[in-house]
Amino acid sequence: MSEHDYTPKSKFGKWFNDRLPLLTLANHLTDYPTPKNLNYWWTFGGILTFCLITQIVTGLVLAMHYIAHADMAFDSVEHIMRDVNYGWLIRYIHANGASMFFLAVYIHIFRSLFYGSYKAPREIIWIIGIIIYLLMMAAAFMGYVLPWGQMSFWGATVITNLFSAIPLVGEGIVTWLWGGYSVDNPTLTRFFTLHYLIPFLILGLVVLHIWALHVPGNNNPVGIDIKKPSKDTVPFHPYIVIKDGFALLMFMIVFAFFVFYTPNILGHADNYIEADPLVTPAHIVPEWYLLPFYAILRSVPDKLLGVVAMLSAIFILAALPWLDTSKIRSAVFRPLYRQFYWILVADVLILGYVGAMPAEGLYLLIARVATAYYFLHFLVILPILGYKEKTLPIPLSITEPVLGGSPNLAAARNTESFNK
Amino acid sequence: MSEKKTNRRDFLFTATYAVGAVGVGATIWPMIDQMNPDASVKALASTEVDISSVNPGKTITVLWRGKPVFIRRRTQEEISEAKSVKLEDLKHPERDEDRAANPEWLVMLGVCTHLGCVPLDQKGDYNGWFCPCHGSHYDTSGRIRKGPAPTNMEIPKYEFVNANTIKIG
Amino acid sequence: MKNFYRVLSLVTLIFLIPFNLNSAEKIEYLKTDWSFKGLFGKFDRGALQRGYQVYTEVCSSCHSMKYLSYRNLAEKGGPEFTIEQAKAIAASFEVKDGPNADGDMFTRPGRLSDKFVMPYDNVKAAQAANGGAYPPDMSVLVKARGGGVDYIYSLLQGYEDPPAGISLDDGVYYNKYMYGNKIKMSNQLSDGLVEYGDGTKSTVEQMSKDVTTFLMWAAEPHLESRHQMGFKVIVYLTILTILVYFSMKRIWSRIKTEV
Repeated sequence: MSEHDYTPKSKFGKWFNDRLPLLTLANHLTDYPTPKNLNYWWTFGGILTFCLITQIVTGLVLAMHYIAHADMAFDSVEHIMRDVNYGWLIRYIHANGASMFFLAVYIHIFRSLFYGSYKAPREIIWIIGIIIYLLMMAAAFMGYVLPWGQMSFWGATVITNLFSAIPLVGEGIVTWLWGGYSVDNPTLTRFFTLHYLIPFLILGLVVLHIWALHVPGNNNPVGIDIKKPSKDTVPFHPYIVIKDGFALLMFMIVFAFFVFYTPNILGHADNYIEADPLVTPAHIVPEWYLLPFYAILRSVPDKLLGVVAMLSAIFILAALPWLDTSKIRSAVFRPLYRQFYWILVADVLILGYVGAMPAEGLYLLIARVATAYYFLHFLVILPILGYKEKTLPIPLSITEPVLGGSPNLAAARNTESFNK
Repeated sequence: MSEKKTNRRDFLFTATYAVGAVGVGATIWPMIDQMNPDASVKALASTEVDISSVNPGKTITVLWRGKPVFIRRRTQEEISEAKSVKLEDLKHPERDEDRAANPEWLVMLGVCTHLGCVPLDQKGDYNGWFCPCHGSHYDTSGRIRKGPAPTNMEIPKYEFVNANTIKIG
Repeated sequence: MKNFYRVLSLVTLIFLIPFNLNSAEKIEYLKTDWSFKGLFGKFDRGALQRGYQVYTEVCSSCHSMKYLSYRNLAEKGGPEFTIEQAKAIAASFEVKDGPNADGDMFTRPGRLSDKFVMPYDNVKAAQAANGGAYPPDMSVLVKARGGGVDYIYSLLQGYEDPPAGISLDDGVYYNKYMYGNKIKMSNQLSDGLVEYGDGTKSTVEQMSKDVTTFLMWAAEPHLESRHQMGFKVIVYLTILTILVYFSMKRIWSRIKTEV
C-alpha cells in the first residue's frame, strides 16, 4: 500500500516487523496522504468508527446482564435500568447510540452522493458501504426486538411477515424464521444471537471498506484525482486525526444531550409495555431511521411489489456508480446535479415524514409521489444528466482553489517533532 | 520560532492530552463497575434462619450469598474437643471461643479455603469436616488440621435475633 | 468554519423533524411545574413521599409495581425514607415466601430486599377482578405512555360527565384525556382522600401531582444522577472540544490552510 519503504528504528521493532509488519501498517496509517481540503462532511467516517466501537462495547456489557428469554427479557432490561451499576447509562448509550449511528451513516452516504465518492475507482468502497448499511439495518431491527416490549414484538411480527410476500415458499420461510407459528421465544433467542454476531461482521467489512479506501485514496470536495503524497495532501496524523477528533467531540456533545436529557425521545412509549401477543398497538412505527423505506413499502398497494420496491430502493444504490454517467465527481462543478441532489434529500426527508404518518389520504398520495421520484432520480435523471449537463471547468489541483498561492510544503512535512 | 511560543504550544497539547486521558478513564470506570455486584444482589446480603428444629449433633446448610453456610448444633464432646486443642498445634491458630461465641452453635461458611469446594460433614481425621476435592481435614471448630487448605473455614457475620432465629450477614 | 455551521444546522434540522411528528396529534394536557424537568431537575422529596402514600392507600389495591423493591424507598435520589422507615414500611406487608422445610408456602413480614407486594397473583386474576381490564403495572407506566407525566397528571383530573350523545356501558367512565375518552377505572381521587403526614392539603390536584412525581421516579429511579452526570459530561466535553479546537488550529497553521 505504502509507496515508501519503512524500517523500524529499534532492533526489536525490526525483528518483529519482519515477522508481522504491524509497524509498517501503523506507519502507513499515520503517514497516509490525505487531501488537505477535506471538509467537515468527511469527518463522519471517523465518527462512524466511534459509533461502531461504542455499540460493540456497550452491547457486550449489556449482554452480560440481559436474558434472551421471552419471559425474562423485559424484566432483565428493567433490572439493567434499575440495579446494575451504571446499567441505565450503558443501556441509554446503546439505545441512543443506534440512532446516532444512523444519523452519522446518513450524513456519510449523502456526503458521498454530493461529492461523487462512489465513482470510479471507488465503486468497491461504495458497495461494501451499502452492505454495511444493510447489516446495520438488520442489527438495529433485531436489537430493537430484544427488550421484548410491544413495539419489539409487533415490529418483529410485521417485518418477518414481509417474507411471506415471496410466492410459494413465503409462508414456510416465515415459519422457519420464527421457529414456531408466531414470534416467540425461539425468535427472540435467534435474534439475540444474530444481533450479537452482526456487529463483528460489520467490523470486518469496515476494515475492508478502509482498505479499499486506502488503495485509491480519499476523494475530496473538488473531486479531482490528486498525486500522493504531494502538496495537495497532508499526513493523516496529526492533521486529519485532530480534525476528526474535533468533529467527533462536537458529535459526542449532541450524543450526550440525548443520553442524559432526553434518552427516550427517539424511542417509542409502547416499547415500555411488555410484549402482548393479544394486543397490537394503535400505531406501529419503526424507528426513525427506517421510516423512508417503510413509507416506500406502504406506498405500493400490492404486498409482494411493496416488498420488492422497498428492497430495490436499497439495492439500487449498489448500481449507482454505473447509473451516474457523469465523468465529473463533485457536485460543486455540476450545477444541475446539485439541484437534483437537494431535491433527493428533500424527497427522502418527506418519505421519512410520511412513513411516520398513517398510510391514508394525503399522506399516502405524497408517499407515492415521493417513492416514484426516488426511483426516477436514480433510474432516469442521473443517467441522462451525465450526457446533458453542462459542467463547470474543474481546477487542475486542489491547491489552486484552496490556497491561491504556493503551498507551505516544508511545514507540512515538519510533523515529526509533534508526534512525540 | 521563539522559545516562548514553543512552551505555549507544548502546554496546549499537554493540556489536551491530559484532559482527554481523564475522559477516557472516566468512561472506562462504568464499564468495569457494571460487573460488580448489583443493587439487588447487595440487598440480599442478609438472611434469617429458623434453627428451632436443629437438634444437638445435627447440621443444617443454608444458602447465603450463593454459598453454603453450615449451622451446626454441637454436642458437648465436640465442644470440649474443640476447646482442648492447643493453639500451637494449629496451622491457623484461632481459639474456639472466638469462632463460636455461643459454643453450642457453630455458624461458618461451608467453603474449603483451598479452592472453594464444599467439605463433607462428620468426616475426616478430626471428627469435623473433610474436603473431598483435595483432602483437607477440619476439626469440630472448622479449623484446618491437615491438608492443603491454608486457613480455617470462614465465620460470617451473624447474630441471634432471638433464641430460635439466626440472622446471617 | 462555514462548513461546520452547515453540518450543525442540518443535524439540528434532521432532529427537529421527528419531534414535530410526535407532537402532531397531541391533546393539550394540564400543565404543572415539575421539579424534575430541566438540566438540573431533581425530585421533590416531599412529593415523592406523599406520592408513595397515595400509591399505597389508593392505587396499590389494583395496580402492581413489580419492578420496585422496598429498599428503593430508602435509596438516594428517591423518596429517601430513612432505612428504619423503609424497614417499617416493608414489614407492614405480608410477603409470600417458601417453600419451607415441610414444602409449604408461608407468609412473613416484608424485608427491604422484597419486591413491592402485588395486589393480584397474576394478570388473569387482575382482569377477573376488574371487569376484564387489567390495571397496568405502574413501574414504568410514565415511560409507557406517549404524554408521560403530563398525561397521567391530566388523566387523574380528567373525569367528567360524558357529553350528550355518548352513552357509557357499566363500569366504563368518561375521561377527557384518555385515548378514546373511555376508561375502565373510575375516578379514584377526591379532596381530602388521604391524610398527609406533613400537613399538605390533599386536594385532587395535589394528590395527582404527588403520585405522578412518584411514578416518574419509579420509572426512572436514576433520573437525578443522570441529570447530574449529564451536566458534568457536557461541561467536560465542551472544555475538551475547546482545547482540541485550538490544538487543531495550531497544527493546521503549519500549512496555511483554513480548517
